[in-house]
Amino acid sequence: MMPEPEIKLDSMNTDRMTVIMGPQHPFSHGLWTLKVEVDGEIVTDAEPIIGYLHRGWEKECENRTYPKIIPMADRLCYSASMTWSHIYCMTVEKALDVDIPDKAKYLRIVADEICRIQSHLMWLAAVGTDLGNLTVFLWAMREREFFLDLNVRLCGARMTTNYPRIGGVRNDTTEYFDRDCMRCVERFEKRLWDIIALVDDSSVFVSRMQGISRLTREQVANLGVTGPAMRGCGVDFDIRRDDPYDGYDEMDFEVPVLKEGDTYARYMVRIEEMFQSCEIIRQAMKKIQDMPRSAPYRLKVPSAVPEGTHFARLEDPRGESLMYLISDGTDKPYRLKVRSPIFVNVSAAKPMVQGCRIADVPAVMAMVDMCLGETDR
Amino acid sequence: MPGDVYQAPTVSEIESILVKEFPSLQVTRTEARRVYATADRDSIFELCTFIHDNLNFEHCSSLSGVDRESTFQVVYHLSNYENGVMIEITSDVPSDDPRIASVASIWGGANWHEREAYELFGIVFEGHPKLERLLTPSNYEFYPFRKSYKLRGQE
Repeated sequence: MMPEPEIKLDSMNTDRMTVIMGPQHPFSHGLWTLKVEVDGEIVTDAEPIIGYLHRGWEKECENRTYPKIIPMADRLCYSASMTWSHIYCMTVEKALDVDIPDKAKYLRIVADEICRIQSHLMWLAAVGTDLGNLTVFLWAMREREFFLDLNVRLCGARMTTNYPRIGGVRNDTTEYFDRDCMRCVERFEKRLWDIIALVDDSSVFVSRMQGISRLTREQVANLGVTGPAMRGCGVDFDIRRDDPYDGYDEMDFEVPVLKEGDTYARYMVRIEEMFQSCEIIRQAMKKIQDMPRSAPYRLKVPSAVPEGTHFARLEDPRGESLMYLISDGTDKPYRLKVRSPIFVNVSAAKPMVQGCRIADVPAVMAMVDMCLGETDR
Repeated sequence: MPGDVYQAPTVSEIESILVKEFPSLQVTRTEARRVYATADRDSIFELCTFIHDNLNFEHCSSLSGVDRESTFQVVYHLSNYENGVMIEITSDVPSDDPRIASVASIWGGANWHEREAYELFGIVFEGHPKLERLLTPSNYEFYPFRKSYKLRGQE
């Protein structure tokens, strides 16, 4: 590869210009705006503008009983619906001080990892179109469809799944789910190598990602960037491993961490995470198969939650999601705060794109994996 | 700031250090990898600087505004990347004078959380680099997440 030519900002004599990218822009993947100030080709300043989708989600929850919030939590992000309803149920379970059955824990792990893979494939498809490689888009979407079919087999819906319940999950696995799940995972592990070959052999792809938007470990930690974007910059932290919840402490998996900190490293971390998710699904399915079919998967819980404040956090496909619940003894929450990973990741847009060329902005922001439902709430 | 620097402090270490360094702070409860505390709003900036610099809490997970009707609250969730320990700090902010020091200069990640708490609850974060509305329109005149702001059908 050719070395990147060194660019000196002050030596160029060009006019500054503000470019509004969004809300209707092919790169934005949802309604948001990136206000970019450019000096010639080089980005000197950037400011994300969000809020087009703000619907007062947290306030709406104060008006609903606890079980009614589960389908609402699904709709925080359509491609991570399982993890969002999982974190909500986990928070309420903590407030109720209940320990859910083992089978429910493993079923949630399987569901979460299916969700992670299909969310990463959705991201890969978006990256493909952003960087001008439509084959990646079609292949990733094709693979994703198999995991959405698994979702249908498990809970009857493709995307807004409404599967976890306070005290467990809605239903046990359906007939032949374990067989189909194993087949799907094994097939996907082979197919993923095809997609990797397609991306890594494409000089268009690699040259638009390598060496661009380098962030240091200290920068990402301070800016609150979490998830694959953080692990691509050298922060060795994954909530599933370091702060385990719901049976993840029994799973044996690796956390991919790269020190390069550029866009390509963030891409590689997500690809490697998909392999690890396959491994976790295999282990969790094994545990479910070893249990008797009649093992309980759901507890009956009271409808009113005792007074107190509780929080729980979980590794979302996009980063760290956290819910903070204040209950006042009734059957409705007093306050439910949602910490969305993208809300914080996108606030770091300025250090991410500063110094890049304007043509690289879609490639850099694609690694944030925007989802406006959870950002604006 | 004086005191020892810890890379990965345990829950009991955090509890004893914080109580020693900040007499106004009260640890309400602890559990595995979690410390819950309440602090005075005047000491928040010093406390957060200490937690960031000396206890190695590099990450501000979340910052929430809460309307308790008699008073406002700001709740910090801070996390350590070495051992996964989290500290929750609750600080009361009187509703007739809703001001508290901004921690955006300590953790860049707290910046937008503070803007959100400002526009939805009207809590003013002093020293914030850009305290403007983020999710709601800039000419909006209400603080919609306050309990006094009733939804349709509620009033």
